[in-house]
Amino acid sequence: MKGDFLDRYSRLNSPVHRLRPPVKLAAAFVLVLAIVLMPLSVLWFFGTLTASLVVIAGLARLPWKYLLWRLVLLEPLVAGISVMSLFQPGGTRVFAALVIKSTLCLATMILLSATTPFSGLLRVMQRLGVPWLLVTTLALMYRYLFVLANEAERMHRARASRTFTRQRFQIWRSLGTLLGQLFVRTSERSERIYAAMCARGWKE
Amino acid sequence: MHIPDGFLDAKTMGVGALLAAGSIGLALRHARRAVSPRRIPLMGLAAAFVFAAQMINFPVAGGTSGHLLGGVLAAVLVGPSAAVVVMTAVLIVQCFMFADGGVLSLGANLFNMAVVAPIGGYGVFRLLRRLFPDRRGLILSVAFGAWCGTVLSALSCAGQLAWAGTAAWKVVLPAMLGVHLVIGLGEGLITALIVAGIMRLRPDLLEEGNGSRTADNYGPVIGYGLLAAGGLALFVAPFACPWPDGLERVAAHLGFEHLTAAATPGPAPLPNYLIPGMKSATLAAGWAGLIGVILAFVLAWLLARWLVPKTTE
Repeated sequence: MKGDFLDRYSRLNSPVHRLRPPVKLAAAFVLVLAIVLMPLSVLWFFGTLTASLVVIAGLARLPWKYLLWRLVLLEPLVAGISVMSLFQPGGTRVFAALVIKSTLCLATMILLSATTPFSGLLRVMQRLGVPWLLVTTLALMYRYLFVLANEAERMHRARASRTFTRQRFQIWRSLGTLLGQLFVRTSERSERIYAAMCARGWKE
Repeated sequence: MHIPDGFLDAKTMGVGALLAAGSIGLALRHARRAVSPRRIPLMGLAAAFVFAAQMINFPVAGGTSGHLLGGVLAAVLVGPSAAVVVMTAVLIVQCFMFADGGVLSLGANLFNMAVVAPIGGYGVFRLLRRLFPDRRGLILSVAFGAWCGTVLSALSCAGQLAWAGTAAWKVVLPAMLGVHLVIGLGEGLITALIVAGIMRLRPDLLEEGNGSRTADNYGPVIGYGLLAAGGLALFVAPFACPWPDGLERVAAHLGFEHLTAAATPGPAPLPNYLIPGMKSATLAAGWAGLIGVILAFVLAWLLARWLVPKTTE
């Protein structure tokens, strides 16, 4: 499956992966909170934190290339919002704080997502009392995410290999039809899933 | 528009989380009653669909590309309450699997993109639908509703960033609004094209009252619609001069008795509006917004005319 690039490493076997999901989730939450609240002048805190994130990533035996690539992918978003803070008195300090803090938060979250299977997070949510309907929606979404993403990509490729046009609006229109078609298929699939769920004794 | 961690302060994150929890809780309660059990799998799959649809990029001017956000599309396809749940699921997965949007700012992000965008856009959609009930009206309402959803959501996001002190309002507002007035056009166009595609393939999926839309009971929707509007006002109003500014000034001046008499803003705030040079950034953004609204509506109308040819029946 090509679309699983997001979830490829969350089921490895390492000391970090073996930690229980609630522990990891709580730890990530506390870390992010600390990063956000700590003033940037406490240099030793940010130094230690960066070092320990690197150590955790090493312990988890995650490929560095993958982690850095995901960080780089999200960095434009951080930069885009941070730039706006430059236009106010004392802007450069705020800018530096924003970039450093949010990059560290991102790294923490990327580590969490790369070492914890999504089903583990769902179980934590369920235990925390998140409503049943939302958990069910999330579980089904996660299950069919890659199925639909791959289907969309297949349809996209099929269209691209059949149409030779440089007309920009035509592309938009065919993509609209493509996504419309994808929704129709999604809807039909959900009916089959419902029938299958009922056949297996599903109850609310 | 996903705000990462570190950009919002405690009060903004707290208020955002409370507003999001309140409206999503109401939406969940309503969805449980309004959505028939048969369509519960559809909610999960619709979330996966929105996610998959967001992965396909569209060419935008200048070699850049954008993608669908999907709030209003979801609301039109599965109903407003279910759409809030669907978009919540999408944002949670984005936050915990992609690290797209922070954990602490998740509440604020949920409020902007899972509540304000679908509910605001859907409100506009319903209103227009009442005015233009034919098939062409459907495309017009969908396109314009999707544009409004995007812009409202950007407005709320700008308000939060300014409230948190991350960036000055007069910088963040034109920046966010300017970008999203354009992004919204793409959102409106692609949402309308998708709905037009579904209209051709399976028009029954779009018919009202197909199990997802209980048109009779809109009480809860109005409930969290008000919550969304109130939250939006809370984030944006402190900056959107002149009237809330006036209120603030009155509050500030209540202590200074010699000023209260002079500061009663009652009858004549108009000179503020009529400055021809448009000194205030908010005012300029307001004008740009107004022109944008008119332009977007005209474009949506043209799109509807073009996509749905006049039937002779």
